Amino acid sequence: MKGWMGKFRALFLFSSLLLVLSGCGKENLTAFVPEGYGAEVSLNLIIISLVVMVFVILVVMIVYTMVLVKFRQKKGKEDFIPKQTEGNKALEIIWTVIPIILLIIIAVPTVRATFDLADESKADESLNINVTGNQYWWHFSYNDQDIQTSQDLYIPTDTRVYLNLKSSDVIHSFWVPSISGKMDANPENENTMYIEAYEEGVYYGKCAELCGPSHSLMDFKVIAVSPEEFEQWKKDMKSVDPEAQPETASAQEGQKLFQENSCIGCHAIGSSPAAVGPNLTNFGDRTKVAGVLEHDKETIVNWLLNPDELKPGNKMAGNYPELTEEEAGKIADYLLQLQPSEITPESAGNE
Amino acid sequence: MSTAVTHKQGFGAFLWDYLTTVDHKKIAHLYLIAGGFFFLVGGLEAMAIRIQLIKPANDFVSAGFYNEILTMHGTTMIFLAAMPILFGFMNAVVPLQIGARDVAFPFLNSLGFWLFLFGGLMLNASWFLGGAPDAGWTAYAPLSTTSPGHGVDFYILGLQISGAGTLMGGINFLVTIINMRAPGMTYMRMPLFTWTIFVTSVLIIFAFPALTVGLFLLMFDRMFGSGFFDPAMGGNSIIWEHLFWIFGHPEVYILVLPVFGVFSEVISTFSKKRLFGYTAMVFATVLIGFLGFMVWAHHMFTVGLGPAANSIFAVATMAIAVPTGIKIFNWLLTLWGGNITINSAMLWSLGFLPTFTIGGTTGVMLAAAAADFQYHDTYFVVAHFHYVIVGGVVFGIFAALHYWWPKMFGKILNEKLGKLTFWLFFIGFHLTFFIQHFLGLMGMPRRYWVFLPDQGLDTGNLISTIGAFFMALGTIVFLINVITTSLKKQEVAGDPWDGRTLEWTIPSPPEHYNFKQLPLVRGLDPLWVEKTEGRKEMTPAEPLGDIHMPNNSILPFVMSLGFFIAGFGFIYQVDDISWLSLVFVGMGIALGTMFVRSVKDDLGHHIHKEDLEKGAK
Ligand code: HEM
Ligand SMILES: [Cu+2]
Repeated sequence: MKGWMGKFRALFLFSSLLLVLSGCGKENLTAFVPEGYGAEVSLNLIIISLVVMVFVILVVMIVYTMVLVKFRQKKGKEDFIPKQTEGNKALEIIWTVIPIILLIIIAVPTVRATFDLADESKADESLNINVTGNQYWWHFSYNDQDIQTSQDLYIPTDTRVYLNLKSSDVIHSFWVPSISGKMDANPENENTMYIEAYEEGVYYGKCAELCGPSHSLMDFKVIAVSPEEFEQWKKDMKSVDPEAQPETASAQEGQKLFQENSCIGCHAIGSSPAAVGPNLTNFGDRTKVAGVLEHDKETIVNWLLNPDELKPGNKMAGNYPELTEEEAGKIADYLLQLQPSEITPESAGNE
Repeated sequence: MSTAVTHKQGFGAFLWDYLTTVDHKKIAHLYLIAGGFFFLVGGLEAMAIRIQLIKPANDFVSAGFYNEILTMHGTTMIFLAAMPILFGFMNAVVPLQIGARDVAFPFLNSLGFWLFLFGGLMLNASWFLGGAPDAGWTAYAPLSTTSPGHGVDFYILGLQISGAGTLMGGINFLVTIINMRAPGMTYMRMPLFTWTIFVTSVLIIFAFPALTVGLFLLMFDRMFGSGFFDPAMGGNSIIWEHLFWIFGHPEVYILVLPVFGVFSEVISTFSKKRLFGYTAMVFATVLIGFLGFMVWAHHMFTVGLGPAANSIFAVATMAIAVPTGIKIFNWLLTLWGGNITINSAMLWSLGFLPTFTIGGTTGVMLAAAAADFQYHDTYFVVAHFHYVIVGGVVFGIFAALHYWWPKMFGKILNEKLGKLTFWLFFIGFHLTFFIQHFLGLMGMPRRYWVFLPDQGLDTGNLISTIGAFFMALGTIVFLINVITTSLKKQEVAGDPWDGRTLEWTIPSPPEHYNFKQLPLVRGLDPLWVEKTEGRKEMTPAEPLGDIHMPNNSILPFVMSLGFFIAGFGFIYQVDDISWLSLVFVGMGIALGTMFVRSVKDDLGHHIHKEDLEKGAK
């Protein structure tokens, strides 16, 4: 089993590499190049079923082509009346039994993989993270660690990380194609899945269940770092002082504005779990603003001045006093210097 | 008063005739026209979707508007285009194929059509009244229960009204097929199209009540503050998903089984052979129908039902591939050894075979639950279901249009244009949807208003949009074909294709009583049986006599109008209680017409023997 599976994988990897090289599919987004356990299990199953199904298609196409070549009406034989065959028991039994066998070939690994990916027996001894889907952003809470983040999920490599998914509003679906298949975040119950990344890197995640106007803008990142770096990152995150004074004058004023304009009412800095809006503890280390926008001062200013235009229907719009461009600039300065850790997407290899 | 009136009439009389008709053949025209219109609307919406996705971060339409277009595209195509057009063909063909003069409940038949039409109009009225539904055609709670505005309310009431019409159609055709077959037409002599409609009717009767119940609960949540789907009030949003898919999965088979029937007829006729493995085909149809009810949760593999439920539904789903495979091979073997004519109807059938095989095999791939964690809610799924519903249902509709057009209208569609339509549409279809399998796995979820630049999704989306334009072009050519054909005078005889079944034994278009004398059926493919014995016509099963026919009635139209009016009342009473008056007015009209219908005797009329004899000469 392992042997031929390996060959198929090699072949498949090779052809998907071609896809990637020809500009089709980004390697930290595509499910074709698994970088984690769940994605690998799924891809193996995809390959098994694809091989069987391509075989079926080939058989159908061969018969089909023969039929069309041999039995098209010929000139002068328009009136030819073919033999009116009723059926053929033997043939019909064959094309009932063979598909059943083919389906068993797919069904057995399917059941095995389905149970494998739902295995929660190691949840207690592993890292557990509570994930909350919100219109249109993701919140990550490392409960026992006292750490809160949003949009960027840091995990150690080669470790099973259990995610407890829930939604605070409508149904969302958590999906990081190159690491693992998706799981819904429902409002009424907690769903558990695990992810495991093999290599350090930044992997793109997306919301996969229609959740409102900005459904397509509900991106997030999974940042896999080595276990040592992960320990370091945790330490850095825990030692954040939410009240700490920034260095530059502009950022200091930004901090004040941040508190005065009720930003703080929705956005916590530090490990406070209040989460009406994304937690901004390590905002300066993020790769994107609001999950999808360029991470620079200009964009942040734009965002503060008009969030609804950049992410239609989001719940920040209209929930704080109007800002001038200058004020927004100062807040941006403040936010950009929130960089508690050396462990960042850049250090994990984000290009 | 009693004979079929076929002489020239004014437009007013013509319109009145169609508003009041209970003749299944005219109702078929109505379904075809209304369904065709909604197909064009849904197609326009599809084009808007594809234009928006022609390049990354496009802003052709806004985010909220995109979700409305997307929702209306899906809802329109399924409920207002595909299904009604198929209802058109059931109406046009089934009574003829079983040698009946009418359907079991002509009045109900007309009522079913008008309910569908008014429901569809109600749904689309939302565009002009403050916004269309925007929670997807699946309307998952709590997105649907919390969606602002009245869009989703239009979805609820529009579908409720048109769904009632569909349910009536299902009941009517089940009873018709059971009760009104011509002498000698045993179940195992029924043409396969009739068989598939039989099973489809059963599916409708079992599936639509689930939708009705779901829509009622949704209506109560949105309009009267109940909390069936609201977790904060002890409800559960997943219940909606179950209810929806208990209806929604069989719905897919409600769409696809009838076209299986169409292809069986077309392939057998144009290869001049009886259908290979008829008995197996019948059992496969029944089995597919049955399994269709057992697999709804395969739409919910990522919901968190757990590995046991997922595994059971995965294996059950795969099982459907067996009867479907039987069908594919039986079609191939029907062609095998035949004398195959390739005309437009046949081209669509031949195009269907490989296309549907791909759609079916990706279906099995989707059934592998742990693999579906990757496919689910991505463009892979969009590709799969369009391979099945466009490559199956739409191809089947086109085949049926070319095949039965002469029977319905007495004219043959232009072959050159027919073939051009096929090639444009076929190539465009594969361009559009094949690449989407890859887009899905490359990380493009479905229902995305924009995809981001630099994520490797640009080329695929561009190709896909180009393909959509080809399909649009094909559709335009078809419309030209329909228009030019309608302007032609040419008439065809009763049996232009050297047919095998009963509908080809009578003139095209048929008299409104269908059969002057009911035919005696002596085997499968009854007309073919007669032909092989050197006769051109059916042996009659009865002497010539008076024929009893139902009278026309405007009541179905008025009754549907009543429900339509009441629907607006229900929607707007949330804003202002005085709108409730519309509920009373509308329900008053509907109940009033029901009352009239119940107390007024309507015994129909007779066509006399002498007039029939005159018509013959
Ligand atoms: C002209 C050919 C068509 C094109 C180009 C087209 C294109 C599309 C596209 C791009 C989507 C959106 C996918 C997404 O973002 O999730 C979609 C959704 C859909 N289409 Fe089509 N489509 C076509 C014909 C049809 C037909 C004939 C049917 C059914 C009879 C159909 C049924 C659906 C359904 C049910 C959805 C899902 C809507 C939803 O997610 O709420 N389509 N189509
Ligand atoms: Cu979402």
